[in-house]
Amino acid sequence: MKFEGNTHKFGNDVNTDYIIAGRYKFKTLDMKELAKHVMEDLDPDFYHKINAGDFIVGGSNFGCGSSREQAPLAIKHADISAVLAKSFARIFYRNAINTGLPVVECDTDLIDAGDELEVDLAGGNVINKTKGQTIPAKPLPPVMIKILNDGGLAPHFKKYGGFNL
Amino acid sequence: MGQTIIEKILSKHSGLTAKANDIVVAQVDFIMGQDGTSPLAIRAFENMDGKEVFDPQKVALVIDHSSPSPNDGVSALHKLMREFARSKGVHLYDIGEGVCHQVVPESGKVSPGSLVIGADSHTCTYGALNAFSTGVGSTDLAGGLVSGKMWFKVPETIKFVCRGKLPRGVYSKDLILYLIGNVTADGATYKATEFTGEAISCLSMDARFTISNMAIEMGAKAGLMEADDTTFTWLDRFSDTEFEPVKADLDATYAEIKEFDVSDLEPQIARPHTVDNVCPISEVVGTPINQAVLGTCTNGRLEDLRAAASILKNRKVHPDVRFVVAPASKLIYLEAMQDGTLQTLIEAGAAVVTPGCGPCVGTHNGVPSDGENVISTANRNFKGRMGNSKAFIYLGSPVTVAASAITGKITDPRDFIK
Repeated sequence: MKFEGNTHKFGNDVNTDYIIAGRYKFKTLDMKELAKHVMEDLDPDFYHKINAGDFIVGGSNFGCGSSREQAPLAIKHADISAVLAKSFARIFYRNAINTGLPVVECDTDLIDAGDELEVDLAGGNVINKTKGQTIPAKPLPPVMIKILNDGGLAPHFKKYGGFNL
Repeated sequence: MGQTIIEKILSKHSGLTAKANDIVVAQVDFIMGQDGTSPLAIRAFENMDGKEVFDPQKVALVIDHSSPSPNDGVSALHKLMREFARSKGVHLYDIGEGVCHQVVPESGKVSPGSLVIGADSHTCTYGALNAFSTGVGSTDLAGGLVSGKMWFKVPETIKFVCRGKLPRGVYSKDLILYLIGNVTADGATYKATEFTGEAISCLSMDARFTISNMAIEMGAKAGLMEADDTTFTWLDRFSDTEFEPVKADLDATYAEIKEFDVSDLEPQIARPHTVDNVCPISEVVGTPINQAVLGTCTNGRLEDLRAAASILKNRKVHPDVRFVVAPASKLIYLEAMQDGTLQTLIEAGAAVVTPGCGPCVGTHNGVPSDGENVISTANRNFKGRMGNSKAFIYLGSPVTVAASAITGKITDPRDFIK
């Protein structure tokens, strides 16, 4: 899987309340509706700034806080192709893989807002086309590659009837 | 080679000798979902072609986050949960029963050595009972409901050794805030924590739950404690399950061992907008507040309500402060009624709301206005957390909240404790 798009840059400790606030996520399963409010408390116009395929780039501990799976789903349904961060909070990381949102761990200090990126999930590299720089990415654990290749945990279960890792 | 508590629990539940960084598929003893996460889990369960849950006796759904429902959207999701629970024979704790992290331990389904997953990040609370319990998302929860299993990367452990005894007016909430401030919000990401030492062993179960509850605020996967007589006495009341306590081996390998002496600890406050933005209360004393919140899965237990009431007895909440109290469970609500605690709080000026998450998650029960300051016993102070991104949330202990509610500004509770 290879993606190209522009960078929307955020800081450290972007929590899941910022990604999708509780006042929205408790009342609907319509992820397209939730997507309109993605990152709203950090940037009220964020949804309107996204072009399909863009990347969210954070600092360390991206996705900390609550276990809400609506967070990766809202990002995915806002047409963000992948999230890049120096590190991810544990539950968000699992939720992203389980729901098929690519997450990439790399040195995001080398990426600025607006940079054009190419992300090759299989090759494990991030190319910053604006800066002409290749940034090595930490490979996903094999268990997660298996789940991601099956399209997420639900298709994995559908295929095998349980965990087959 | 010796094992940590979590390595032992994951070994027993996977049939392997689990050591840090291994991947294991483990049997799960109990599974919990709440109303913010269960609806998506039910969808995922259907997408997995799930027919029945693996063991209905080992599953509970809890309606606590928006409870009772504040609007028709939430009502539709609650209905979905009730229908799922009924059709699968799963127990559902409906409105008024309490916060998941109080009703699950009260149900007696968690004991030392248990492995529990919950679709709520604060599921780490039951670590205080010497159980490995951790938060997962909705799809992982569905996988657990179908198979009774979950995959885990065995985490390394950070051990916190807390020596000394908490001084007068300083509580377990102050201690865990201090530790989070020390290691930061991602100081224990992907890791388990063990809390040990005299300062922990002399705490009540109520106080211990507060500490394990907030392990996630340093990124931890688990907040474990060893079981002792305090644990056994608590379990005698709530559980008739047989269990085997799990102790770490003396030669267990830790990622880090951090030692603290708590004897001179001051009350602590987490300032807006991150939980690790912690300072001694003296740095923020006098900050005006508009709302005070006592409750939640962190500090809504009987001991917390009593501690607040001891300060509020024969006093009044400041006229410019709204004081919202949410007991953590129906049982606690009843006990606080019977012993006069609730009467004291209400006479002082408290508005008592339905047992549950109360105003913590920003859906109802006390959304602050623009520019307002809130002091709360909850575990998160993120911008927008309580439903308004223009409000400011400070976190402190139940007595700090009570003292501040009286004066209308952040107040050192020791001013009120003789």
